[in-house]
Amino acid sequence: MSGLFTDVFLSALLFGAITAAVPLLLAGIGEQMSEKAGVLNIGIEGMMIAGAFCGFLGAYLSGSLWLGFLSGGLAGCAVAFVMVLLCVRLGLNQIVIGIGLTLGLEGLTALAHHFQFSRTYPRLPAADITVIPGLSAIPIIGPALFKHHLIVYLAVILVLVMSFIYRRTQLGLNLQAAGDKPAALDVAGVDVIRIRTVAVLATGSLAGIGGAYLANIGAGLFVPFITNGAGFLGIVLAMLARGRPVWVLAGAVLFGMCLSLTTAMQVAGINMPTDIINMLPFTAVMLMLILFGRRASLPAALGLPYQRGAR
Amino acid sequence: MIIERISMALGPIAVALLFAGIILIIAGVNPVSYYAYVLQRGLFSWIGLQQTLTRMAPLLFIAASLIVAFRAGIWNLGTDGQFLLGAVTAAAAAPLLVTVIPVWLAVSLSMVLATAVAMLWSLLPALLRAYQGVNEIITTLMMTFLGISFANVLVKLVFLDPATTVPQTRTLAVENRLPRLFDTTITSGVIMGIVAVVAVHLMMTRTSFGLKLRVVGANPRAALHAGLNVPTLTISVFALSAGLAGLAGAVDILGVYGNVRADWNPAYGMAVIPVVFLSRMNGFAAIAFVFLFSVLSIGGESAARRLGVPQDFTLVFVAITLIVLALAEYMAQRRAAVREA
Repeated sequence: MSGLFTDVFLSALLFGAITAAVPLLLAGIGEQMSEKAGVLNIGIEGMMIAGAFCGFLGAYLSGSLWLGFLSGGLAGCAVAFVMVLLCVRLGLNQIVIGIGLTLGLEGLTALAHHFQFSRTYPRLPAADITVIPGLSAIPIIGPALFKHHLIVYLAVILVLVMSFIYRRTQLGLNLQAAGDKPAALDVAGVDVIRIRTVAVLATGSLAGIGGAYLANIGAGLFVPFITNGAGFLGIVLAMLARGRPVWVLAGAVLFGMCLSLTTAMQVAGINMPTDIINMLPFTAVMLMLILFGRRASLPAALGLPYQRGAR
Repeated sequence: MIIERISMALGPIAVALLFAGIILIIAGVNPVSYYAYVLQRGLFSWIGLQQTLTRMAPLLFIAASLIVAFRAGIWNLGTDGQFLLGAVTAAAAAPLLVTVIPVWLAVSLSMVLATAVAMLWSLLPALLRAYQGVNEIITTLMMTFLGISFANVLVKLVFLDPATTVPQTRTLAVENRLPRLFDTTITSGVIMGIVAVVAVHLMMTRTSFGLKLRVVGANPRAALHAGLNVPTLTISVFALSAGLAGLAGAVDILGVYGNVRADWNPAYGMAVIPVVFLSRMNGFAAIAFVFLFSVLSIGGESAARRLGVPQDFTLVFVAITLIVLALAEYMAQRRAAVREA
């Protein structure tokens, strides 16, 4: 136990927490937008795994992480497009289609990986790191928080941008109304279907980028079923955050910490079976739901398709 | 009417075979020979057919579990965790119990224990849903992730068989397992599974308890106004659904495997969800679709070894079928609406 709380260890723990938190953050921010607009996006796990595979493939073939993020985002967006067609335009059951998309894409990416790479799991080189001058010199926190790939800072900026959009802009209000009282939004002359379409497509892109980050930077490689519930954790974050992007960030870091602790404890040589450690993040989720579940508020029209003139 | 229904079910499957075939072509596999091989191995060979029918046993119990839940409007997506804990419980109890009590009693008691443990595993999501209104999709999914690890903890640390080097539970001797049907290798679990699905179907459609559950599922607020005790009904749905999922685990262990190995997770639950949707939560249709899925999964496993197409293909096929079916249903409704107007 002696080496447990050294500066290096704490710093690595925190660094791992941020790395684990970014995919959850992106998925959570995306899911939040979908849910605000009234679409319960169970398919987000599928969008993430599609983003993870295509993001990895893009980065692997092109050698550029940015092209990887681009292809991951596009893949997530493509899956979201299917969801838009079926659930937003045609009004099919969001849960049924969401489960279908998640299962289908888990299978499809596993197949695609098999046919592309057979049984090999090639690794990507380590990511370029953007060091924030000054701040990164702070002991412990500095190397943990301010030595990441540029996209990590962009993700944090996105949280602030989303907060601004929800609080200060017409688009934010429209999103909120599309989930709470779509008929009123329609009467006000805004196309509900279009707002929901935009929200779901944005969700898919964010989830796809999150998946790409998970594979390319978090793990450095793609293995089938790599997301392992990260998309579902994103849904939990969105539920608990009650529409506030900053709370999604806080929750993501908290769960990221649990995930990071999992690996850190093994590195520190604490003799505890991995299976017990693996239970940690999900136990944390259940605890959060027990403590704050009652206050998790969801939009009134969540999960209900909107049809003009229908009652 | 019946013909229309059957074509509504088989049409999407045909379209899905087409789409999935395109994926196979892209992957450089001849779809016709792949499908032929799957059917040959899963349906038209005697060994394969026996395996297919045996595989149906746990799947049928899970189908029954999902039918109860979905018809009552509870999205229990945690059957995989409940299944595994039921399986581990049965695997832990049965080999010990047979040494002290008669075999039939030991096996039955193991099934009861498995059911009870699975019910207990669903208690937290049930309470959260019934009294706090927390969405059960999330809680049951989280409990599954938790359950997969917890089952491993139990296998590796608590119920480990000291006699083997592979981490697994003690093995139930073949002669003590659920009897096989006649001279075949088919487990009698498949009969129990069919009974379970039919019983659940009749309960939901023919009893007042089933009607109450369906009212809660269709409109919880109306159920409240009708004087139904919604929280109690919600909890009983969770208990029934999880119990059946636990029984699925028990039947698979007591009838087929005899023990649970570490990291064993067949993930039947996730695969049966679309199957139950396809059957529109009708018990009899569910039996037919479970059979079909069973053929696919046994044939697919064989094809994975022989033709090098990973088993994940079955998952893709089921997902495509589900989406095509949802579309077909939508178009049928549209047509009906046009006809009325």
